Amino acid sequence: MKRNRLTHRPAVAKDSRMDQREARHGRAQGPGGRLLPEMPVFWRKRPVRLGVSALLLGMTGALSGCITVSAPDKPIVIELNINIKQEVIYRLAADAGKTIDSNKDIF
Amino acid sequence: MSRVFASVSPFLAAALLVPAMAGDAMAQVRDPAYAAARSAGQVGEMPTGYLGIVGASTPDLKRIVDDINIKRKAVYAERAQAQHATVEEYAFTTGCKLVMQTQPGEKYQTPDGSWQVRGGAAPVRDSRCPA
Repeated sequence: MKRNRLTHRPAVAKDSRMDQREARHGRAQGPGGRLLPEMPVFWRKRPVRLGVSALLLGMTGALSGCITVSAPDKPIVIELNINIKQEVIYRLAADAGKTIDSNKDIF
Repeated sequence: MSRVFASVSPFLAAALLVPAMAGDAMAQVRDPAYAAARSAGQVGEMPTGYLGIVGASTPDLKRIVDDINIKRKAVYAERAQAQHATVEEYAFTTGCKLVMQTQPGEKYQTPDGSWQVRGGAAPVRDSRCPA
């Protein structure tokens, strides 16, 4: 409860990792034995996550050295109805022509 | 009684036939509003087999285009079923022909989605379209 007051966090936002850490090492303390509520909350409580994100950042940096993505010169053609096969179109073509001729009002 | 009927029946038949023929003939003519929008380039043929609004949409244009496209889809669905094809396949095939049949000055959409005015040359169509 004390911690909730210090961090201004609602009880539901408790980090289980914070509880484990506190159970093992006690409350984080400064050199004089004082509590350190003034420290940035994320820094004190999420050292592992910061480490992971730092790692991800490093990987992104490494990858950008290998793969370069550049915009194509030509406009990107979005092929609609990609699953329609030419043979089907050829088979239907004659009937489609008749359909147009017999429904001139809507074509 | 039968003589009376016999003398009336030609008129009766004619009375029944005339509206039927008139309806049939009318079904083959484009609605004037649609024809006007089409020649004004406000609507154009899309490669999907449906009509599209080229520039800014207005309620009137949307009504015309929706009306035509609903009717087209009904016809496509019926014919596609008869041909054992999907509605999309049949619509696309018809779209190939409709784009080809556009008159000079009318608008059509290329496969990359841009609107073009039909000129004297062949329109830009999907590579799968038959000649």
